[in-house]
Amino acid sequence: MAGIVGYGAFIPRNRIKSEEIARQWGKDPDTIRRGLLLEEKSVPGIDEDTITISVAAGRAALERAGIDPTKIGALYIGSESHPYAVKPSGTVVAEALGVGPEVHVADFEFACKAGTEAMFVACGLVESKRVEYAMGIGADTSQGAANDALEFSASAGGAAFIFGRKNLLADVVDTYSYTSDTPDFWRREGEFYPRHGGRFTGEPAYFNHVLSASRAILDKTGLKASDFRYAVFHMPNGKFPLAAGKKLGFKKKQLEQGWVVNKMGNTYSGSSPTGLAAILDVAEADDLILITSFGSGAGSDSFVLKATAELPKRRARAPTVRAMLDGRRRYLTYGEYAKYREKIIVNT
Amino acid sequence: MREVAIVAAGMTRFGELWQLSLRDLFVEAAMEALDGAKADHLDAIYVGNMSGGQFVGQEHLAPLMADHLGMAGVAATRVESACASGGMALRQAFLDVASGASDMVLAAGVEKMNDGADVTAVLASAADQETEAYHGITFPGLYAMIARAHMEEFGTTEEDLAAVSVKNHKHGALNPKAQFGREVTTEEVMNSSMVAAPLRLLHCSPVSDGAAAVLVVPLERAKEFTDRPVRILGSGAATGSMALADRQDPAFLDAVSLSAGRAYKMAGIRPGDLNVAEVHDCFSIAEICVTEALCVVDRGKGGETVRSGYTSLGGKLPMNTSGGLKSKGHPVGATGVAQAIEIFEQLRGEAGDRQVKDAHIGLAQNMGGSGASSVVHIFQRV
Repeated sequence: MAGIVGYGAFIPRNRIKSEEIARQWGKDPDTIRRGLLLEEKSVPGIDEDTITISVAAGRAALERAGIDPTKIGALYIGSESHPYAVKPSGTVVAEALGVGPEVHVADFEFACKAGTEAMFVACGLVESKRVEYAMGIGADTSQGAANDALEFSASAGGAAFIFGRKNLLADVVDTYSYTSDTPDFWRREGEFYPRHGGRFTGEPAYFNHVLSASRAILDKTGLKASDFRYAVFHMPNGKFPLAAGKKLGFKKKQLEQGWVVNKMGNTYSGSSPTGLAAILDVAEADDLILITSFGSGAGSDSFVLKATAELPKRRARAPTVRAMLDGRRRYLTYGEYAKYREKIIVNT
Repeated sequence: MREVAIVAAGMTRFGELWQLSLRDLFVEAAMEALDGAKADHLDAIYVGNMSGGQFVGQEHLAPLMADHLGMAGVAATRVESACASGGMALRQAFLDVASGASDMVLAAGVEKMNDGADVTAVLASAADQETEAYHGITFPGLYAMIARAHMEEFGTTEEDLAAVSVKNHKHGALNPKAQFGREVTTEEVMNSSMVAAPLRLLHCSPVSDGAAAVLVVPLERAKEFTDRPVRILGSGAATGSMALADRQDPAFLDAVSLSAGRAYKMAGIRPGDLNVAEVHDCFSIAEICVTEALCVVDRGKGGETVRSGYTSLGGKLPMNTSGGLKSKGHPVGATGVAQAIEIFEQLRGEAGDRQVKDAHIGLAQNMGGSGASSVVHIFQRV
């Protein structure tokens, strides 16, 4: 069996409040707060992108793993905002982390599910003993179109997980993936902003896949919601993951720790992975954890994890998610935000 | 003209029906009606639908639906009058049978609104394009202006508007086919997001998919199909000025008044004879205005009428026992037929928890746009 030997997350320091965006477009901030349960989101700086976020998260994961980076035999980054359409993000991150040159690298993509995909494959590779350690990263700096509902949630951040077979921080008990051809959200080649199907993104997309995968893994493992200490689901907004959790029988207490979206926003491929990191920051030995991601198009990856006694011993080696969320941060005006997100047309 | 009766009905659930397409919805409702009557053929089909073209790119609905129902060959046509399409389809069916031209006619309404279209823009095509929509108005805005006019002229309050929503949700919670099967409180309504002042989210009917169908036959043959037919006693239709700005009084729905008058006349009844009614509450203010235009109460009294419980289940004239458009849902083309079905069930004693005791005369009022078209049917227990 394989499991997580190191984990880390990174959230950029810049933030913008929902109110500030609402004010810009003449929307009522109360409606946003009530409807989406979003307070503020992270904003990548001018020199931050999926690669820099992955490096920061990867470094933290290496600290907690305490391993020689050259032992990492595979490195995968899942994102829907890889800086290049053609040129892997993974190679840059690998070099920056001191990983390689003997390493398998691939970039993954599947809307918001790309992070857990990278984790799934990394885990599988380690289980098969083809490599000793493998890193799976989910990170994004996604865009929301100006004056669209997504502008309140699309944010930046990511988390990295190193899988191995010994000295585990958390065991991977089981996995389950559920996929169907459901076009709820997409971006054609060349378009700057994605498009979505409005309310179609809810019940037929998010809920169908998150609930199906979660129910299936509970069935497969013979576990019930009450057996878990923590659960985290993909967080496109504040409401959906809480509704999904409730439907599956989880209580608020089980969902709170991983529910980082109201302060962080939706970091797409980094969303549920960062929620998982926030859970690993506090979980105790033998705690059961459920994580189910969701990627539009559509699919969900579920993992059941069990924390080990090693976790509390090694996690202090790197910053916690809450420390980054609540720590030093800088609030931007809409103008600064638009500048950083390249929404302002400038002559080149 | 011959006497006409409804002998069977069929209806899908109303709501966001992601798994059902426009044609699926129609067939489900139509089959329920045909199976209910054990009818094996039809002489004509009238399909009420506002905007298959703009919502899902499909026009020419009549042959499509007949074909999909397995009835290619039957004479069929689509009827359109914006949100009154369903009621107008029923009227066409009524006239077809009353005239003696047909014996077995299906009046159906269907709308598929949840398929990616810009619903607000599509619905706005029911307003005057040149003088209203061109300047940016949408339907919540038009009804908001009607509400303002009513509030200024008669002192109607936001709480009066909320009372309509609370009542209709209370009724809808008893309707297994309603889109929203839950009650709402006055506080919830008053705190819901503002859509177009003074109309809030919970003053507005939702976006829905759904279909409804009834089988209309000559009364003399009704017992072939059911022990409890319901006679269509009267039918009246009218138009009003298209643009709100051209109305004599924006707070008064003259098309509703005219259409009701014609229906009452044909039926030989007065408003006081009514036991139950389904009215077009696309926005809460609409129910208040319709209550007045139907001459159930005097001009300006619509607000206090709702608040007093007069039009609640258990009151003097229960209105929208189905939950109305607000709680049951409003798949535009289907609404008019669904209203008729609620009255059909009430008069047959089949309305379950929503049953109005001993109902024998009922009315259904269906309206298009901001009141530019209206059709009223009056039904009688046989």
